[in-house]
Amino acid sequence: MYSYIVKRVLMLFPTLLGAAIVVFLLLRLIPGDVCMLKFGGEGGYVDPEQIKMCQERLGISDSKIEQFVDYMIGFATLDLGVSMWTGQPVTEEIWIRFPLSLQIAIMATLTSVIIAIPLGVISAAKQNSMTDYLVRAFSIAGIAMPSFWLGILIILGLLIGTQAWSGVPWMPPVHYKSIFDDPAHNLSQLIWPALATGYRYSAVATRMTRSAMLEVLREDYVRTARAKGLIEQVIINKHALKNALLPVVTIIGIEFAFLMGGLVVTEQVFNLNGIGKLFVESVTQADYTLTQALVMLVVFIFVLVNFVVDLMYAWLDPRIRYS
Amino acid sequence: MRGVASKLVATVAGAGFALGAVAAMAETPQAGGELNIVVGSKIPSYDAHIESTFGMIHPIRPFYSTLIRVNPDNPSSPTDFVCDVCEGDVPEGTDNGTTYTFKIRSGITFHDGKPLTAADVKATFDKIVFPPEGIASNRKAYFKMVESIEAPDDTTLVFKLKHPSGTFIPSVAMPFNFIYSKADLDAHGHTWHQTNINGSGPFRFVEHVQGSHVKGERNDNYYHEGKPYLDGYTALSAPKMSIRLQAIRGGRADIEFRGFPPKARDDLVAALGDKITVQESDWNCVLLVTPNHKTKPFDDPRVRRAMSLAVDRHGGSKYLSNIAIVKTVGGIVFPNHPLATPIDELKANIAGYSDDVAGSIEQAKALLAEAGQSDLKFTLLNRGVDQPYKVVGTWLIGQWRKAGMQVDQDVRPTTPFYASLRKQKDFDVSIDFNCQSIVNPIADVSKFLPTAGNNYASFEDAELEKIYDNLLRTANVDEQKILIRQYEKRVLNDLTSQMITLWWYKINPHRSYVKGWKIAPSHYLNQSLDNVWIDKEEKKRHGL
Repeated sequence: MYSYIVKRVLMLFPTLLGAAIVVFLLLRLIPGDVCMLKFGGEGGYVDPEQIKMCQERLGISDSKIEQFVDYMIGFATLDLGVSMWTGQPVTEEIWIRFPLSLQIAIMATLTSVIIAIPLGVISAAKQNSMTDYLVRAFSIAGIAMPSFWLGILIILGLLIGTQAWSGVPWMPPVHYKSIFDDPAHNLSQLIWPALATGYRYSAVATRMTRSAMLEVLREDYVRTARAKGLIEQVIINKHALKNALLPVVTIIGIEFAFLMGGLVVTEQVFNLNGIGKLFVESVTQADYTLTQALVMLVVFIFVLVNFVVDLMYAWLDPRIRYS
Repeated sequence: MRGVASKLVATVAGAGFALGAVAAMAETPQAGGELNIVVGSKIPSYDAHIESTFGMIHPIRPFYSTLIRVNPDNPSSPTDFVCDVCEGDVPEGTDNGTTYTFKIRSGITFHDGKPLTAADVKATFDKIVFPPEGIASNRKAYFKMVESIEAPDDTTLVFKLKHPSGTFIPSVAMPFNFIYSKADLDAHGHTWHQTNINGSGPFRFVEHVQGSHVKGERNDNYYHEGKPYLDGYTALSAPKMSIRLQAIRGGRADIEFRGFPPKARDDLVAALGDKITVQESDWNCVLLVTPNHKTKPFDDPRVRRAMSLAVDRHGGSKYLSNIAIVKTVGGIVFPNHPLATPIDELKANIAGYSDDVAGSIEQAKALLAEAGQSDLKFTLLNRGVDQPYKVVGTWLIGQWRKAGMQVDQDVRPTTPFYASLRKQKDFDVSIDFNCQSIVNPIADVSKFLPTAGNNYASFEDAELEKIYDNLLRTANVDEQKILIRQYEKRVLNDLTSQMITLWWYKINPHRSYVKGWKIAPSHYLNQSLDNVWIDKEEKKRHGL
């Protein structure tokens, strides 16, 4: 087990290196640079000398090889540099947004699990019944409906609904406060995007739970349990569900990793100052250092979550052993 | 029916702005309350001397003072400037318009408690006008006429100019000329203000959370008596226009200072009725058509002239103003400025401004035939931003088609768009824009000079340079008018080196309890917030 963990940790380095090279090259393929955008983006006069000074200061005027060497040295020494747009350390820019993205990811994953597992189990247990059809329709609707679109509907629904009900339109707060500082403000802002994204991911997980449960419920040991006279609830909860959870855990793990950096549009819809919104801004502002750091962060999260999921397999299914 | 009603309300609100302004003056400002602003752009740094975005001005300007500014009680006038840290009237030039002496108020303090004197103002303008080696200053070029800046005592500041200039006073009034403490510059260097704030403005800095908000609190030692009225403000970052709009509707924000398109205004008015006040103004921003003179057939003035003739600006104004933030037909000078050419003169003298649309199109076709370009095909480079770039680009293509031109539109995200327009210059024809803060026509029209760093048409013209050089060196308004007409005719008619489309139109719907703020012809102006106050009774009516 320990040698497996060491191997996986060592595999992390070539993965990160590969991602670093790819993102470096892809970013430089886009014409234009941050200085031209920063100082000339709004149509006023721009001093060409200022653009030149900015490019020299940020190293944009250096050759691509020099830039790559600098980037690799920074990468090796864990010095991610400063944002080319704000001049603030990249780690600080990310750290400000990290708690929000983490909270959304946790809340959305919890929403997804709370909805998906009971519905998937009920749907499988009552296969081809009206309940099954309703659950399937509910989950297909979730897959078909992009979470950002659901988010827009939620905001408009809140505005229109509260105005019709109380005469005063209400929408969720547009800036973040930590749950430890102001829980009411925090939850009234984040519960809506968590619902919008949680519903989307619950749909995928519901379908996965249902199909895994259907497979397990046809296994010999379930038939044996029924023959022994165990009640159905015990069969499902104690014997079938745990074995059906392997693929579901995989899906939830991937979703969680995706939520940490991939809520690009939903964060814009709800004006959430998270990693996804920062990603969009850094790319549109040609902020190479920040984009590179964000890609590395997301790669790291994906690798880490996959690793944790692999370890959970062993816990869920004792037959799986890593050696 | 509801849509019509909402438009009516919005129109009435807009048209009633002038009357509303008079009424607002009659009301007594109330102290207290917090203002929530939504801002659609990020803060690159706090140093206004190097930045050029409203994303910095809107949240940061209230922390700072300037030497002079647009009159906050009359910001719609492009020529009404008043003292900020100076006292009395804005000085007239002496010594044949080459010396300007400002009297600096006594008793002003920076937020760190140190007194503000003429030495601080001198140090500030030295940084802007004569930056040390390696220090950037984005507006240095506006002050080429300045020979020296002196502060003989704590309350006197003297600018000596090399020659009389009509651009000097408006340049001094630019909202980017934040006054910094000399002690800060001496102790921390010229880049300290990029990441630190110590001003003398109506509000003190409280906090900035990157990508989220900036918070300011009332400066009790502010030197304009009784101001500011607000206890504080929060500038909330909201890059998406829909969020800014819904934030005002949902009571999360009170105002947005950049501007909304007409549909957004109508939606807000339809949702909130008389709880929304709409202020509207011509905007000192304009989209241009820039042909690449280095690419055939755009090196031929007949082709460029035909392109301008084919565009029906008056018809465009009528229809586009319903869907986009453009409206006013004008020449190269901001339409409401005394130096602007009246519309009748433009109609008579400049290609593409006539009311005879059919005649203009026939002329365009004849010119294209004469140039051997009857089946002209080209690509219009455009920026991937809806308002108003893509709307205006699509409209232009329709206009050109009427004269037989076949035009494709190449819409690119902002960074590659700028790279193509400004660096690679690999376009046939491109949308470009000129957007300024202070209305400073003589400086603003430098954009059309072939040698200007921000003219991307790639051509040369000695006559245009000569006219502009004369324009720079006269402070006589009558002479300025004559020269600017010559310059305009050369740019838009004789050479048709570039074309003006429509001037932007600024629409600011806001909660009706926000009082004291008046719209200016630029989203950079009148943003110190010292005049703004909250009508508490009115706010209660909003249920907030």
